[in-house]
Amino acid sequence: MSKVDLAQFHKAFHEESLDGLDAMEQALLALDEGAEDPELINVVFRAAHSIKGGAATFGFTDVAAFTHVAENLMDEVRSGRRPMEKAVVELLLRSGDTVRDMLALSMAGQPAATAESQALLAELSAMVSGGTAAVPAAAKAAAPAETIEGWDIAFRPFDYLLKTGNDPARMFRELGALGPLRVECDAGKLPALADMDASSSYLGWTLHLDAGAKRAAVEGVFDWVDGDCDLTLTPRVAAPAPAAPAAAPAAPSAPRAVRDVATNSEASSVRVGIEKIDTLINLVGELVITQSMLSQFHDGVDASQLEMLRHGLAQLARHTRELQESVMSIRMLPISTVFNRFPRLVRDLAQKLDKKVVLDLRGETTELDKTVLEKIGDPLVHLVRNAIDHGLEVPAKRLAAGKGDTGTLRMEAFHRGGSIVVEVADDGAGLNRDAIVAKAVQRGIIASGDGMSDDAVAELIFEAGFSTAAATTDLSGRGVGMDVVRRNVMDLGGTVGIRSTQGSGTTFTITLPLTLAIIDGLTAAVGEETYIVPLVSIVESVQVKPDAVRSVVGGGELFRFRDQWLPIVRLFDVFGCEGRRRSVDEGIVIVVEGEGTRIGLFVDELIGQQQAVVKSLEANYRRVAGISGATILADGSVALIADVTGLVRMQGRRKAA
Amino acid sequence: MNEQASTASAASDEAAQYLTVNLGNEEYGVDILAVREIRGWTPVTRIPQAPSYVLGVLNLRGAIVPVLDLRLRFGLAREEYTATTVCVIVMVAGRQFGVVVDAVSDVVDVSPGGIRPVPDMGTTVDTEYLKGLTSVGERMVLLLDVDRLLQPQDAQMLEAALASSDVKAVA
Amino acid sequence: MAKILAVDDSASMRSMVAFTLRGAGHDVDEADNGQAALDTARGTKFDLVLADVNMPVMDGISMVREMRTMAGYSGVPILMLTTESNPEKKMEGKAAGATGWLVKPFDPDQLLATVARVLG
Repeated sequence: MSKVDLAQFHKAFHEESLDGLDAMEQALLALDEGAEDPELINVVFRAAHSIKGGAATFGFTDVAAFTHVAENLMDEVRSGRRPMEKAVVELLLRSGDTVRDMLALSMAGQPAATAESQALLAELSAMVSGGTAAVPAAAKAAAPAETIEGWDIAFRPFDYLLKTGNDPARMFRELGALGPLRVECDAGKLPALADMDASSSYLGWTLHLDAGAKRAAVEGVFDWVDGDCDLTLTPRVAAPAPAAPAAAPAAPSAPRAVRDVATNSEASSVRVGIEKIDTLINLVGELVITQSMLSQFHDGVDASQLEMLRHGLAQLARHTRELQESVMSIRMLPISTVFNRFPRLVRDLAQKLDKKVVLDLRGETTELDKTVLEKIGDPLVHLVRNAIDHGLEVPAKRLAAGKGDTGTLRMEAFHRGGSIVVEVADDGAGLNRDAIVAKAVQRGIIASGDGMSDDAVAELIFEAGFSTAAATTDLSGRGVGMDVVRRNVMDLGGTVGIRSTQGSGTTFTITLPLTLAIIDGLTAAVGEETYIVPLVSIVESVQVKPDAVRSVVGGGELFRFRDQWLPIVRLFDVFGCEGRRRSVDEGIVIVVEGEGTRIGLFVDELIGQQQAVVKSLEANYRRVAGISGATILADGSVALIADVTGLVRMQGRRKAA
Repeated sequence: MNEQASTASAASDEAAQYLTVNLGNEEYGVDILAVREIRGWTPVTRIPQAPSYVLGVLNLRGAIVPVLDLRLRFGLAREEYTATTVCVIVMVAGRQFGVVVDAVSDVVDVSPGGIRPVPDMGTTVDTEYLKGLTSVGERMVLLLDVDRLLQPQDAQMLEAALASSDVKAVA
Repeated sequence: MAKILAVDDSASMRSMVAFTLRGAGHDVDEADNGQAALDTARGTKFDLVLADVNMPVMDGISMVREMRTMAGYSGVPILMLTTESNPEKKMEGKAAGATGWLVKPFDPDQLLATVARVLG
């Protein structure tokens, strides 16, 4: 029979189950807050039901057994036999977490039932009235053996039978497969032709099966029409003799799916909306047309065709660009996939800390590159933990400060220019300037806070080793600080900023590039080497006359750009390039801006502008200061991409040292 | 190639295969399971702040892959890269990198029992990068611990150094 | 070879069904809920419809009820993919006009055997 390897569907099952669990969690949280929409209960039921069905189908029996009980519990709620109480929500939330773990174990080819899952299963079973804890065993007791020679069957379908898609002829064929079959038709009920309804059946039959088929096999032929017909099954019983078993359709053997133990490899995938695929297919279609149009010039072009060629090439360029944009859009997913985990986190944290918090999610449909989405979660979790742990006050304190007892945590994503901005804002106590300054002084980060602006003080919390927690709780802290948040965001080519007002709250602003994969860049020669500077960071490229340069104490150089004096960063120094060091007027200074600070990058010459597909240097090597990644040039060689923000920071450090 | 039969016959059932490469007068073995590809020398793009033995990165079918020179890694004198210079691409712990050697020579079977610890001997190589040594006929082959060649430790130490300079920085 | 519509909100179940049937030489279209299935069925005549019961937007039972009123679909076999824990769903499905059912969990061989049974 079929040789379908079920393992190929495991990944899809896992992914949709995780989606189901997310939906279930959101629905539970909404129910927990008193929502009364019955569809929410259906969502939870459906998630448990689907996971159970899939798990049973794909051979994950532990998961199936567990979700079966959760489904029963939900069924009681759905049918109104049990109210959706706090305890039920709590238990189901925990069950969701457990199923997540069990699925991960299953995918890794490990047994999914753990002590923890068993304990929770027991709790679930105890809650479900009558608590049956496992999937009902499929095997029913075998029917008592009858010594049967044959069957006489009276079958008269009700007149609507054909409308159910059941066809007597087909059923007779099925019976015929069990043994020799004689069919007698009784047309006595046939109406006059004029009254006949083509889709109704008016006939009755008497069937004689001359073989000792098992009762279950004969009944099986009629199981779908039970209640839609008059049916009498009469076995012809012979004297006890070993009846030859009829050629009943053998119960299909259930081949155990071979579990692919190596499914652990996290090959990441993107699920893509059909409309995006359709757009792509259309574009490729147009590309093919353009290509065939251009191919007529294969044997040369005469002057009369030049215009056509030019037109064709322009079309090719446009289609290629559109195709690129479309392909890139496939990598874009809504930030809701990340935001979704926060309602639960906020609820749990607030509960733990006896705080009242309302989470205000906005801009959830804003799309981000998949890679960015995967990596932005941890920094956001950190900011949210921090906001609830340190930012928002307990109700009493809020009331004393003249605010409502419930704090608001706003998470919002939106477009600004060529970037995506994600804000995490609380209306809590704000940063405590004095505490930060004291801490920074104690840590030796600054000598004193005198003369520092509030913003500059706030920036201090991003310094390595700085922690604002007066007492480390188990919520935040955890050995990582804001410096790690900033580092993670910088790894994505983004920046983090902070605004805080004492008494009324703190807002963190994360700015991320729209897409990581392709940038517009300026190609610059430095010595023998080629570097790419992202266009988005470039203010202007200028030639600087020697008399516009001032040396400063410590060996640095400044040059005059408009009304500012900017430091000159010689890329061949920073990157240790080989090559002649030139005086400033021999090369070009690219004025770049990162985190609001401008510097001049001194390079030998500008080669040109190009789009660069950004490749990771870290995938096989590691981070390199001042470099954000690499790209492949037209000749196949590798060029490194300058990390402007990193270079600005390095310059800041050099100045401070 | 024939000598390997003598080692192979003494081998227990779990003999592993090693690609042997030449470096000066010495022969090193690289676990064949780690070897992805053997290619000729092509110029690489230098990376800033890299240790001297990391020559740079190359484009390997769209992936950016670092290349290190085994001679420099072991503190030997640098050789000119010629048409016969070979770059062995290895994959360790999900990371690919290239190792430049003088030449590749052979594939040999080595049984676990045939691997002896490295005595503190006069080889030019720091024993830290060796898993052991084995003999193939008359030849001695030093088995490389490929995992340690491009140590993340190097990177971590460097990052730690950078981070500590952060602490002194003023916003 | 028959033209079959597989309806299930679970992508993994749907692809298992579709993959198995395609392997047996059938032409399979997919839909992820009852409403989508109706929309698909309006444009194409299917020889067989396999539908999950629990689905968002429109469940399988409402789908059968609707589909039976559609031109050309009054006698087309429609099988419900039900779970054994739910005998009353079989009856509800039948009442709505389903031809029969296939009990989950099923494996590819059981699926093919049942489809062969309906297609005769």
